[in-house]
Amino acid sequence: MGTAIVDKNKNYLNEKSGLWSWLTTLDHKRIGIMYMIAVMFFFLLGGIFAMLIRAELFKVGPTLFTSPQYNQVMTLHGAIMVFMVIIPGIPAFLGNFFLPIQLGAKDVAFPRINLLSWYCLIVGAAVVFWSLLHHGVDTGWTFYTPYSISTSNGTTWVVAGAFIIGFSSILTGLNFIATVHKLRAPGMNFWRMPLFVWALYSTAILQVLATPVLGITLLLLVAERVMGIGIFDAKLGGDPVLFQHFFWFYSHPAVYIMILPAMGVVSELIATFSRKTIFGYKAIALSSVGIAAVSFFVWGHHMFVSGQSEVAGIIFSFLTMLVGVPTAIKVFNWVATIYKGSVRFDTPMLYALGFLFLFTIGGVTGIILATIATDVHFHDTYFVVAHFHYVMVGGTLMAIMGGIYYWIPKMFGRMYNEYWARITFVLIFVGFNVTFFPQFVLGALGMPRRYFDYLPVYEPLNRISSVGAWTIGVGFLIGLFVIIQAIFKGEKAPENPWGGKTLEWQTASPPPHENFHNQPVVTAGPYEYR
Amino acid sequence: MFWPSSAQASTFMPVQASKIAMHVDSLYEFLLWASLISCVLVIGGFILFSIKYKRKSESDRTPYISHNNLLEFLWSFIPFVVFMVVFAWGFFVYREMRTMPQDGLEILVEGQKWNWTFYYKSGKISAGELWVPENTPIKLVMTSKDVIHSFYLPAFRNKQDVVPGRYTALTFNAEKKGDYQVFCTEYCGDQHSAMLAKLHVVTREEFDRWLANDPYKGLSLTEIGQKVYGSRCAMCHSQSDVKMVGPGWKGLYGSSRTFVSGDPVAKVDENYIRESILNPNAKVVVGFGPASAMPTFAGQLSEQEIMAIIELIKGLK
Repeated sequence: MGTAIVDKNKNYLNEKSGLWSWLTTLDHKRIGIMYMIAVMFFFLLGGIFAMLIRAELFKVGPTLFTSPQYNQVMTLHGAIMVFMVIIPGIPAFLGNFFLPIQLGAKDVAFPRINLLSWYCLIVGAAVVFWSLLHHGVDTGWTFYTPYSISTSNGTTWVVAGAFIIGFSSILTGLNFIATVHKLRAPGMNFWRMPLFVWALYSTAILQVLATPVLGITLLLLVAERVMGIGIFDAKLGGDPVLFQHFFWFYSHPAVYIMILPAMGVVSELIATFSRKTIFGYKAIALSSVGIAAVSFFVWGHHMFVSGQSEVAGIIFSFLTMLVGVPTAIKVFNWVATIYKGSVRFDTPMLYALGFLFLFTIGGVTGIILATIATDVHFHDTYFVVAHFHYVMVGGTLMAIMGGIYYWIPKMFGRMYNEYWARITFVLIFVGFNVTFFPQFVLGALGMPRRYFDYLPVYEPLNRISSVGAWTIGVGFLIGLFVIIQAIFKGEKAPENPWGGKTLEWQTASPPPHENFHNQPVVTAGPYEYR
Repeated sequence: MFWPSSAQASTFMPVQASKIAMHVDSLYEFLLWASLISCVLVIGGFILFSIKYKRKSESDRTPYISHNNLLEFLWSFIPFVVFMVVFAWGFFVYREMRTMPQDGLEILVEGQKWNWTFYYKSGKISAGELWVPENTPIKLVMTSKDVIHSFYLPAFRNKQDVVPGRYTALTFNAEKKGDYQVFCTEYCGDQHSAMLAKLHVVTREEFDRWLANDPYKGLSLTEIGQKVYGSRCAMCHSQSDVKMVGPGWKGLYGSSRTFVSGDPVAKVDENYIRESILNPNAKVVVGFGPASAMPTFAGQLSEQEIMAIIELIKGLK
């Protein structure tokens, strides 16, 4: 730990240069930035598909596409957004960058595996896009059997791609668990870890335990398609509902892989911008672990009308209600943190408050869907579409955006344009509600999801929804420019522009290659504003 | 489509056609109010606090409040109790919804891409139209010929997946005469959103009359063909030369077909059409498929109906 010879101008960005130095880097910060680029590219792609979906649904009857084309667009939107944007979005990008720094470590535990997990995502995505160019895939992102067995050959490749992407998720999770256990700075005990780290830690456990189940399920699906082994296809003596059990056994915990890190980001934002000790630190930290644990036992709530037994349905309804409790705990603690705080409305905080607003609506509609008798009516209608967009977009994407604006000064040493950043927030927030609130009503009125065309009575609300979607689209496009402008042309950022207390604010902006010039020693909790 | 337009203003739900629909709606209304109150508390709370405690100057100090166990207990326990109440309420309504009648009218439902077929015990087969008498417990025993479909009756707040290789059941008791929409709510491919059916709830007498009625009485073979086309074939075949999922029918009869399998080129004749209806995968034409695109209609169409279809195609020159 030499303190004598440090070049203050050297940081992880200018330490080495050239494309090759990036593609072979073992620095968690550089890998985080590579994830950022990949995820933003996938998000743009998935977003374009979303705009096309809303254009098709703007009026009754065929508008842009034939129905097979629409089904492919709908499938790609879902698959890209879930597997390539929302799941890697926070952990692999923001988590990769900040988990080691917030722990006071020099890097993650296994830097080479970290790089490998990035390549898994890229190779998996390449396989998916390759199949897209050669065959259309129209199964929906859920790949339900037996439809996915009987439909086009592209399905095999998309499933193979999702399988490879799964390894990216598993390896990142593994890395984070090892890092949290082995690489904490002196004095950094578990109760001094920032809540973002707690959330990532809970997520990592889910990634490591649940993703292999998806991998196995997808392999079985490929085996069935390629070799004709009868596992899920009734024609071959298999059981199509078994696939749904396997699929949701992963994909329900995956919902929490998507939302837990977002909750972690929001905890950071609310504490920093309220300049106040987080209320109920232990309650928030442990509720992450609680959500992760219970989330393994609720998958059947996706299958209330699938033909699983009534008793199973009732038990899953009960268990699902239990997940609501730790989620409510978090929300109330955040509100209590703002109480008597000193609140600043910079863009990251606007996104955090936007998260609270939208996630609360997503949460209460989740309870409506967990109630088994009402779910029978709402299942597979636009009510569900609206609900999960409120959670995934209103929750996770809001948190990603908030996190990006919060940490841009640290990641790139530059400030973003506050005025334009606020405008994008308003466009996205307003556009989001205009898009998805009418979909609750459409669903209640019985409009099924994954419909290329709909009955004329549903047209007015669909039009409102489409206009909202394009507003979000414009918002994100401007947001993209704001981010790019900040990275290349932004004003120089100080070390700690927001007055944050966690360790990343104690080092240079951007941080040096091994994060700190001097090994930090932790003597207090992460949110000691007194 | 008349049911959504008469939706209730209070809950934005479709018309209630059964007692269970009413029970579901009462629960939904309770949930809506509870949701609204929670949203007002949480959202109102943080908006109020963030405005009231807006930062005045950069030297502001905040009190150190780390936690409060009583509050943590209250805001875990109160939601828990509310969740348990709605769980139990949901359970009782669900039990009522799923209790099959002992002496109901049983109708077999078969889903296939992209049609619903209803088999009555009298031997009557109805495509796309389910007729039931009012105030009678109905039990639908359902299965699928190909992929998973889902039988959804919004006016009855009821839905059940229709799974190949097993039977699932759905029961309802219509208290209001009228016509209601049936949707398929499990994604099943190309024409998923067109896989609709009509439920006609009529008086017992009208139902008996319908059951005994021969719908083809006094019609020419081509007219019967048109009827069958409308309920069975229109999803995938046009009567012009426009190619949809399957070939258009205009000029089809007598044309030459080249097959994926490499079988010798053949002309479309009566036997070819018959085989295509009953065993569609035997000869798949180049440019169509995958092989499973067309389901078999064996057992669903009578000899008369198959002849009528052939007659219709022959007439489309």
